[in-house]
Amino acid sequence: METALGYMFLAGAFALIVSMALMLARLIGGPTLYDRLLAVNSFGTKTVLFLCVFCFIIDRPDGVDIALLYALMNFIATIAVLKFFNYRALDVNLNRVSVKGEDA
Amino acid sequence: MFRSALILVLALVATWLTLSGYFKPLLLKLGVISICFVLFLCFRMRILDRETAAYGTLPRTLSYFVWLFVEIVKANMAVVRAVLSPSMEVSPKVVKVPAPQKTDIAKSMFANSITLTPGTVSVNMESDHILVHALLSEMSDPADFAEMGVRSAWAVGEDMGDV
Amino acid sequence: MIELVLAATAPSESAVHIDWLSVFRFAGSLISLAAGLFFVLAGTIGVIRLPDFYTRLHAAGMTDTLGAELILLALMFQSGFSQMTLKLVLVAIFLLITSPTATHAVAHAAHEAGLKPLLGPYKAPEVDEGT
Repeated sequence: METALGYMFLAGAFALIVSMALMLARLIGGPTLYDRLLAVNSFGTKTVLFLCVFCFIIDRPDGVDIALLYALMNFIATIAVLKFFNYRALDVNLNRVSVKGEDA
Repeated sequence: MFRSALILVLALVATWLTLSGYFKPLLLKLGVISICFVLFLCFRMRILDRETAAYGTLPRTLSYFVWLFVEIVKANMAVVRAVLSPSMEVSPKVVKVPAPQKTDIAKSMFANSITLTPGTVSVNMESDHILVHALLSEMSDPADFAEMGVRSAWAVGEDMGDV
Repeated sequence: MIELVLAATAPSESAVHIDWLSVFRFAGSLISLAAGLFFVLAGTIGVIRLPDFYTRLHAAGMTDTLGAELILLALMFQSGFSQMTLKLVLVAIFLLITSPTATHAVAHAAHEAGLKPLLGPYKAPEVDEGT
């Protein structure tokens, strides 16, 4: 039973790596900036899942903390990159945005 | 405000104990210091109100999530079938969904529920309606959105009549 | 004599005895891991196959909701009642809250930038078998 479990989680980790590699195709070939951002975000979610499965394989429960941290970082990175490109490339009026931010 | 501060403290204690898992005096002291610091920051930012610590409606929210989970499973099945079929027949559509909720938290709950269900993504949020992009045209039924709106408003404590 | 019989039956009894709880946990985590991986892979294939940005959002959302939650459920079956399960629940709740927010942020930014969605019925182009 124990070895079967180990093989099952190993197969799961391998499938997650395969799906991450496939997501890289969209990251490299995505026509627009937003396709790439979506791919990065999805890649991050899969990394969180991979970390959770991996720390089960090596039997170190501390790994889940790292997964939680990675989930936080992934979310904040997506928002930060979006904000950066909104201000730099898309010519959004900063005044309007800050007023909107105070409203919300 | 005192009540929401108390609820916030309880939630922070639970989070600290979950993440730390140690009951040594030093670590518990550090936890108390962190919780006091977070409370001080919340007072300073003036975000301690009913909507910030919305734990009063937790039973309602949990029962709403059970309903939402069933919807998510159904929508997942439809999207998987559309994506994995060789011909991949999709019919993207953009619809305006009315959002008559009064409070901000009910509106954001509604928009989050729409996005959480695969096949529909809320693209833009105006004052009285949400712009929704649907993957399949049968997913953009106004009656379904209206039902989800009433239920999500009920989940955060705003009554909008019957479903 | 009685001791001899007991000694003879004891090992066979323990061999027949099945720990049903661990079998149940194994089956539960096997099923939910397989289903979760299926949804994750289907979402990835969808992100690669679908024709434009707005439709790809839906496939990515599929990975984030059911795929992620089912894989975390498979891990929870194995960890039992421990601190690890609570942490996994935290990860699940966090993913459930942040993934729609991030999806909406990306979609909203694309909408503001003026990216036009592809509308109307769409069918995948036919693949030529001969070439």
